[in-house]
Amino acid sequence: MELTINGKVHQVDLDDDTPLLWALRDELKMTGTKFGCGAGLCGACTIHINGNPARACLTPIAAAKGARITTIEGLSDAGDHPLQQAWVKHNVPQCGYCQSGQLMSAAALLAANPQPSEKEIDSAMSGNICRCGTYPRIKAAIKDAVQFYEGGNSND
Amino acid sequence: MTDHTLQDENTISLVSRRRFLKLAGISSSGLVLGATLPNIQPAWADTATESGNATLNLFVSIAPDNTVSIVCHRSEMGQGIRTGLPAVVADEMEADWNLVKVIQGLGDKRYGSQNTDGSRSVRQFYDTMRTMGASARTMLEQAAAQLWSVPVEECKAGNHRVLHTASKRSASFGELAELAATQKVPAEETLVLKSAKNFNYIGKPVATYDTPDIVTGNTTFGQDVILDNMLIASIERAPVLGSKVASLDDSEARKVSGVVAIEPMDGGIEPPLFHPLSGVAVLATNTWAALKARKALKIQWSESAHATHNSDAYLETLKKRVQQPGKVLTQHGDVNNALANAKDQHSAVYSVPYLAHAAMEPPSATAEVKENHCEIWSCVQDPQSVQQHVSQALGLEADQVKVNVTLLGGGFGRKSQIDFAVEAAVLARKLKRPVKVVWSREDDIRHDYYHAAAASYFEAAMDDDGQVTGWRQRTAFPSITGTFKNGVKHPNNGEMSLGFADAPFDIANRQCETAPAEYEARIGWLRSVANIQNAFGICSFADELARLNNRRPDEFLLELIGEDRQFNPSQGKFKYANHGANWKKFPLDTGRLKQVLKATAEKADLSKLGDHARKSGEGWGIAVHRSFLSYVGIATKVRVEEGKVRILEMHCVADVGLAVNPDRVEAQMEGAMVFGISLALMGEIRMENGAVVNSNFHDYPLLRLQQCPNMSVTLMGQEHPPAGVGEPGVPPVAPSITNAIFSACGERIRDLPINKHMQLV
Repeated sequence: MELTINGKVHQVDLDDDTPLLWALRDELKMTGTKFGCGAGLCGACTIHINGNPARACLTPIAAAKGARITTIEGLSDAGDHPLQQAWVKHNVPQCGYCQSGQLMSAAALLAANPQPSEKEIDSAMSGNICRCGTYPRIKAAIKDAVQFYEGGNSND
Repeated sequence: MTDHTLQDENTISLVSRRRFLKLAGISSSGLVLGATLPNIQPAWADTATESGNATLNLFVSIAPDNTVSIVCHRSEMGQGIRTGLPAVVADEMEADWNLVKVIQGLGDKRYGSQNTDGSRSVRQFYDTMRTMGASARTMLEQAAAQLWSVPVEECKAGNHRVLHTASKRSASFGELAELAATQKVPAEETLVLKSAKNFNYIGKPVATYDTPDIVTGNTTFGQDVILDNMLIASIERAPVLGSKVASLDDSEARKVSGVVAIEPMDGGIEPPLFHPLSGVAVLATNTWAALKARKALKIQWSESAHATHNSDAYLETLKKRVQQPGKVLTQHGDVNNALANAKDQHSAVYSVPYLAHAAMEPPSATAEVKENHCEIWSCVQDPQSVQQHVSQALGLEADQVKVNVTLLGGGFGRKSQIDFAVEAAVLARKLKRPVKVVWSREDDIRHDYYHAAAASYFEAAMDDDGQVTGWRQRTAFPSITGTFKNGVKHPNNGEMSLGFADAPFDIANRQCETAPAEYEARIGWLRSVANIQNAFGICSFADELARLNNRRPDEFLLELIGEDRQFNPSQGKFKYANHGANWKKFPLDTGRLKQVLKATAEKADLSKLGDHARKSGEGWGIAVHRSFLSYVGIATKVRVEEGKVRILEMHCVADVGLAVNPDRVEAQMEGAMVFGISLALMGEIRMENGAVVNSNFHDYPLLRLQQCPNMSVTLMGQEHPPAGVGEPGVPPVAPSITNAIFSACGERIRDLPINKHMQLV
C-alpha cells in the first residue's frame, strides 16, 4: 500500500486494519509519533490527515490511503514552526513524550483558527494528556505562537 | 594515566581515556576527569537488596574540536537533570554551554547508585559537580601557564578559553585539552570555587538540553528503540499476583500474520521483586500483529491466595484497624492521659486508594543476548538494577550486561522497578534475536507497582482554650518492603520518615503508631511515596482542628508547629531517615516550614481563609509539608456549586534551597500540582478478586488541560543548599484541595478521590 507522509510516498506491506501508528513506528521507523494508549484517549499519537488532527492509533492504514499525512517530523522543515519556536521559548516539555501529539493538536488548531479563544484552546487540546503537567506552559505557548508566524514555516 | 580510585571521598582523579571512552561510548581525546563521590546511603537501603555502599563517578572530557562532553549518569524523565547537573560542571569550568555535549552514562556500578529516585540527583551531586568543574578549570589554566611559561595565577579561564591578560594571549579549551590532561590533578582543598555572583548558569533558567529534539520528534525513548532483525513482544500477564499459566491454547493466535513465536513466561514468584510476572508472550514482526494475536490467546490461570483481594473491602478493613490500638513507633508524654483529661476531643479517619503511575510512555525494553553478553536499551530509572536482575535471570555477571538508558517518557517511580527489562532479556535469549517488549496502556495500568492503599486515624485532645494537648496518629498500608520480602505487615522505618513520624508539632503528649496491612498486590514507589497519604491525613486533621476552634488555619498551624527549632523525631528504634541526608546540612527546620506557611497563606485571600460552614460557594484551603528536605506550601481556591467542584486557582510556595535551574524547579512544581490534583480528584485503582479493574485513561483518568487551574510558583530559601525538587510539590496538594472544599461548602472529604463524593466541573 502507498502512504503519502510528509510529502513523500512510502510503500508499506501490512494488513489493511493495521493502525497508521504502527505503520509509522514499526515499518517506516518514524518514531516521533508516540504510543500512549492505543484507544484514542491520550492524544500522544496525534497526526494530521489532510490537515485535520487524527489519532494514528485508531486510524487503519486503509483509511489513510491517498490522504496527505503529516507527522511531527514533517511539521516544519527546520523545526521552526511557530509552535515549535513557542514551545522552545516557554520551555514547555518535561519528559517530552506527549509533546509531539500536543504540538500536532495545537498546529491543527492554529491552522484553522489563528486567534483561538481560551475556550477554543481548551477544546482543541482536551484530547491530549500530559502526565508531567505542562498544561500551563502549553496554553501560554499556544497564545504566544502567533508572534512567531512571520519567521516560522509550516508544512501544513 | 591512572585508573580512578574509589576509596577516597570527593577526590578528582585522572581516569584512563580508554576506560572513559568505553564508559561514555564517545570518541574523544584530551582532558578526561573523573570524580569519586562520597558514599550515598539510599533512602531505601533497609528494603532494597542492593548494597548501599557504592561510590559514584562522573566524567568530563574536552575534545580538540572544543566540545566539552559531560556525562549525565542520572536518568532523564522530565525533571531536566540532563541540563541541570551538566550545567553546574560547565559553569564552574567556564565552559560555554553551547559547546557542551551531554552524554548519557551507561549503567555501571562504578558510578555508585544511579537509581534516579528520591529527588536527590541535584542535592547529592551539586557540590561534587562544582568540584569537578573547578578541577577541570584549574588544569586548563595550568596547561596555559605551562604553554606560555607564565605563572598560573596570571591565567584565567572564561568563556571556553584561557586568557593571559598581560600578554594578550589566549587559547581555547580545545587547544589546551591535550596539555591539560598531563597536569597534576589539583588537591580538592586547593580548589577555588566561583563565587555566586559570577555564576553563568547556576541559579539561571538554562534552556533544557533536549527540548529542540523533543519538539521535532527527534528523540529516542524506550518505546522508540529499533534494532535490526528485532521482534516485538506483547505479553499477556497473570491478572492476579502469584498466579501462573495453568494451560494455554495458542492455536488461533499463531494464525495471525506476522507472528513468529509464542512463549510462556515463568513467574508467579513471591516476593515479586522485579521478576517478570507469569504470562504468555507473543512475538511478532510488528506491534500490531503481536497485540492482535495476544487477544486470540486462550489461557487458564492457576489459583492464587491473592484472588480474594478486593480493594474496597481491604480499605474498609484498614480503616477499622487504624481505630484499634496499634504498634507504638514513637511516644512523647502520655497521650492517653491527655485524652482522658481533655475538654474536647476530635478524631477522624482518612484513606487514599491504590494509585497507578501512568507515565505517558508505557514501560518498554529492548534486549539482545549473545554468548556471555546481554545489551539492553530501556527507559529505566535504575540501570544498575537492570544489570543485577538481568544477570541473575540469565546466569551472567552484572558487568556482562550493558544497559543503555534512553529518555524516559515519564517515570514517577515506575521505571525504578525494572521487571520489563528482565522480560526483554529472557525473551531475547529464548528467541536468539533482539526483542523489544512493548507494554500497552492496559498492561501498564493492570501490572503496575501500585502506590499503597492507606488508611490513617487521628485523635486530638484539646483544653479549655482550644490548645492541642494530645495527638495520636496511626496508619496502616502495605509496605514497599513486601515487594522484597514475604510476610511484611507494617510500614518500614523509611516510610514512617516520609511525613508521618516527622510531623513537626510542638505537642507535649503525642504518639505515633502503625497497624498491620497485608501485601496483596505489587507495591512500589510513586512520586513522593508515603508522603501522599501521610500529608493528606496530617494536613487535613490539623485543618479540622483549626476550623473546629474557629481559627484561621494558618494561625492555628503556626501555633501547632511552635518555636523555630530543629525537630528531630528519632526515638528508640525509630531512626528518622531524613531522606538519607546529613542532619547538619539538612535539619528539619520548623522556622523554614513556618516561613513557607506564612507565604502560602498570603497567596490565599486571608479574609476568607478561615471561612467554612457555607452551603456552597468559593473557599480557600492551604497545606504545608516538608519532604525530600524541601518545604512546600499549597494554597487552593475552589468553587463548589450544586455538588460540583472546580479548582479555580492553585499557588505553590516552595523552599527547595538553591534552585540550580529555577525554570525547571518551577516546572516541577507546576507538574507536581497537576499530579497532585489528578490523584486528589480522580485517582483510584480498584481490584476485584485480586485483579485490577481499571485499564486505560477512560477509567483511570488524569487531569486534562481544560481542567487545569491557573497556577503560580514562588521560590524561597535560595540561601540554603539545594534540596529535593521532583517530589515535594505533590504531598500538600490533595489536603489543600479538600481543606478548600470544606471552606467552600462545609463538606469534609476524608476518603480520596474527591470524585467519589462530588462531580467535577
